[in-house]
Amino acid sequence: MGFHENLKAGIFMGEKSKPGLKELSPIDVYKLLPKINCKECGFENCMAFAAKVVNREVAIEKCPPLLKKEYENAYKQLKELLKPAVKEVVVGVGDTAVKVGGKLVMYRHELTYTNPTAIAVDVTDEMADEVLERVRRVESLRYEHIGQTLKLNMIAVRSTSNDPERFKATVKKVTGATKLPLILCSLNPDVLAAGLMAAPNSRPLLYAATKDNWREMAELALMYKCPLTVSAPNNLKLLKSLVKTLLEYGVEDLVLDPGTFPDEGLADTINNFTMIRRSACKHGDELLGFPILGIPMTVWMNSAGAARELLVWKEAYHAAMLIVRYADLLIMHSLDGWALLPNMMLRLNIYTDPRKPVAVEPGLRVFGSPDGNSPVMLTTNFALTYYTVSSDIESAKLNAYLLVVDTEGIAVDSAVAGRKLTAEKVAEAIKTSGIESKVKHRKLIIPGKAARLSGEIEELSGWQVLVGPRDSSDIPKFLQEKWSPS
Amino acid sequence: MRILPGKDEKETEVLGIRLSPRLFELLAKLQEIELEDFEMEVGDLELWIQPGAPVLAPQKTAVAGVPRVKGKPTQIIETDFVPPIETYPGKVVEVKLGATKAEGGTRGKSIIIGGETTPAFYTFERPTPHPPAIAVDVFDMEVPLAKAVKMHVKDVIGDPAAWAKLAVEKFGADLVTIHLISIDPLQKDATPKEAVKTVEEVAQAVDVPLIIGGCGDPVKDAEVFEAVAETFAGERFLISSVTRDMDIERCANFIKKNGHVALAFTPMDLNLARELNRKLYDYLPKGDIIMDLTTAALGYGLDYAFTNMERARLAALMGDAELAHPMSSGTTNAWAAREAWMKMAPEWEPRELRGPMWEVVTALTLLLAGVDLFMMMHPAAVKTVKDVIRQLTGGGSGGTEKLVEWVSMKI
Repeated sequence: MGFHENLKAGIFMGEKSKPGLKELSPIDVYKLLPKINCKECGFENCMAFAAKVVNREVAIEKCPPLLKKEYENAYKQLKELLKPAVKEVVVGVGDTAVKVGGKLVMYRHELTYTNPTAIAVDVTDEMADEVLERVRRVESLRYEHIGQTLKLNMIAVRSTSNDPERFKATVKKVTGATKLPLILCSLNPDVLAAGLMAAPNSRPLLYAATKDNWREMAELALMYKCPLTVSAPNNLKLLKSLVKTLLEYGVEDLVLDPGTFPDEGLADTINNFTMIRRSACKHGDELLGFPILGIPMTVWMNSAGAARELLVWKEAYHAAMLIVRYADLLIMHSLDGWALLPNMMLRLNIYTDPRKPVAVEPGLRVFGSPDGNSPVMLTTNFALTYYTVSSDIESAKLNAYLLVVDTEGIAVDSAVAGRKLTAEKVAEAIKTSGIESKVKHRKLIIPGKAARLSGEIEELSGWQVLVGPRDSSDIPKFLQEKWSPS
Repeated sequence: MRILPGKDEKETEVLGIRLSPRLFELLAKLQEIELEDFEMEVGDLELWIQPGAPVLAPQKTAVAGVPRVKGKPTQIIETDFVPPIETYPGKVVEVKLGATKAEGGTRGKSIIIGGETTPAFYTFERPTPHPPAIAVDVFDMEVPLAKAVKMHVKDVIGDPAAWAKLAVEKFGADLVTIHLISIDPLQKDATPKEAVKTVEEVAQAVDVPLIIGGCGDPVKDAEVFEAVAETFAGERFLISSVTRDMDIERCANFIKKNGHVALAFTPMDLNLARELNRKLYDYLPKGDIIMDLTTAALGYGLDYAFTNMERARLAALMGDAELAHPMSSGTTNAWAAREAWMKMAPEWEPRELRGPMWEVVTALTLLLAGVDLFMMMHPAAVKTVKDVIRQLTGGGSGGTEKLVEWVSMKI
């Protein structure tokens, strides 16, 4: 399905959107471009460039003439026209700075979500050696998944002591140990001021301005040029009023905390997050057009006596729901990999470009330096399946052929169930791939999940079928035990 | 209040792996405690329900461009918030599963799903008409199961009736799916008669509505489904599933004639889903059709499944009647992800917790896309998703500003 179909579906959705965003056509952008078809952007003409800009595939800054003085006005207008519904806020500085928000759309089928939900983990000013242990763990938790590194992004330093000196010392300790951006958390402006003194130029996110302390917090945000969180639990009228007030005050980079109510409060939480995002994206409410902070670690409140394992479990699924429902930032407490991995994976999924092809090219792939006796394996052209299988073959340094069958981008089990992977297709793929001239044997290893096709494949192709493992991580072991070309 | 006696506490910290089989038990206990301690706090309710409130016109606030009024504000500048409520021309049809004696079947109760007039859990807009339901998988023969699942069902594998009883009584299943894997010509090739006997045993053992799962062979499935449909006429079983390459006319006819419900399965393509539904409309009323748009596991295509379902639901609400059916998800597919069952480096262990969390995250993601019926496997995952459904449909607690105290809590 093409992107334009997606775009139309978005409009068909009928929900009002911020003027100038989704209704934006390439013409709207084209009108403001230099229209000289200089090709400096790398595209054939200004219209082609405009189409890419509207699809958010290229930034307008890629048009060199536009950045000249004479087009200053047009550039400004284009910037305003292309402004996201949710403001992009930068936390931290340098290479490790994290951008949050910047959302262009409410639903991911409309356009790729920008800036994956940043995940922060907390430390407190009453932890001793644990502070550095936790920071180290945040930095070291990494997972490789189909060519992407999943990791955590920030440290939230909380003051549980309410003692400025103690907080300052902890912030100092943390900044000495990591370059990850910080969220400084205390409702006491004196405590936050002390923390900022220990990290003056690092642009941490401040938590939080409330109806009681907003003036002092605004002053701190202005003085240290920091983004500021606005907190008004379960009160969107107050939240909006505080935003308006702080903007008037001159604080422009804000993050919204409508409250993460766990358990019996989940309906409130999901409703508030959804109303904020819909107001911003579909009703053009600029006061709610800021990133949203979710705090799954509220599950640890009043939890004395509950088993730790259970609270970790709870925190994890609260986090998952918030990743799906519009959180741009999360603060979490647990550092248990079993609970964090599903959420890091979910974030990767939700923020994947929905325009990205689901499928890889079908055909024969060669791994290592196979000869006439090397095994021939089969998989589907669903991108995730293909990358998983190929990375398993590569990491085991196998010499093998992999026949990628066109299943229209569907994974093995679904493809077998949905008749996208059939014996006919396999026989056809064997014939057209030229594999018969490359190997002496006639043995095909098929995925365990396609076992039911083995008889038919043998009949139609004349090849002998070996049913391989259900998961490609077992391929090396399978070949060692079962493979012989004769 | 302590859940665990002190001596176990240390084990929890150190040996998650040893305690994890008890996770389900712990979850059950925790819920009781929460209910005891639960206090209703009413605050800011006026924010919530304003029926008939006019939809807010796009507001332009003077943020950029307009020069700021000189001087910093000294008090909060009050502004209004109107919930962004919309109306939709479409409505998802309601489908009833299971039939009681009074309704012509033998089930203890029937379950209605669907009927939505708003996206999933936009309860600020309109309440959820029927809570989504959970079916637990039961297999009629041994199948490969993840260790984390197997340890909860090992005593009942091979005994579908006992498995069904466990699913309903211990796991809290709203429905039971009996997967007739053994009918597969490439497996045991069990006869329709044998399949009917298995269903009979399950129907005797539990009185919840049943879902009848096939083996994936379009010809054999139709043959078995027909025998089951006729034997259990009037029960409103969900026939899982009717696919494009089956004899649609035959399937639809025996489903209609015997008073059951069709699960229309398509491989992640809304055009194919519409096409299959159109074919079924020739024989079946809309209230007899549920859609399965294919569930992919977290990390392995969940994004496609999520967006496909979200789009289907939004299209239904905007008036696309061919997609206005309740959605079912084979959430058990979450276990197809290797990270759900594989032994991994110590920092990601124990898998006994990672696995069911994989199923939970897959389910909750799709819950928020609009799924009405989940087919699940792990008891802790079932329990958690049930809790969340109850909490999301419960209207919220009207929580207050005290929440902000999380910032200084000691853990």
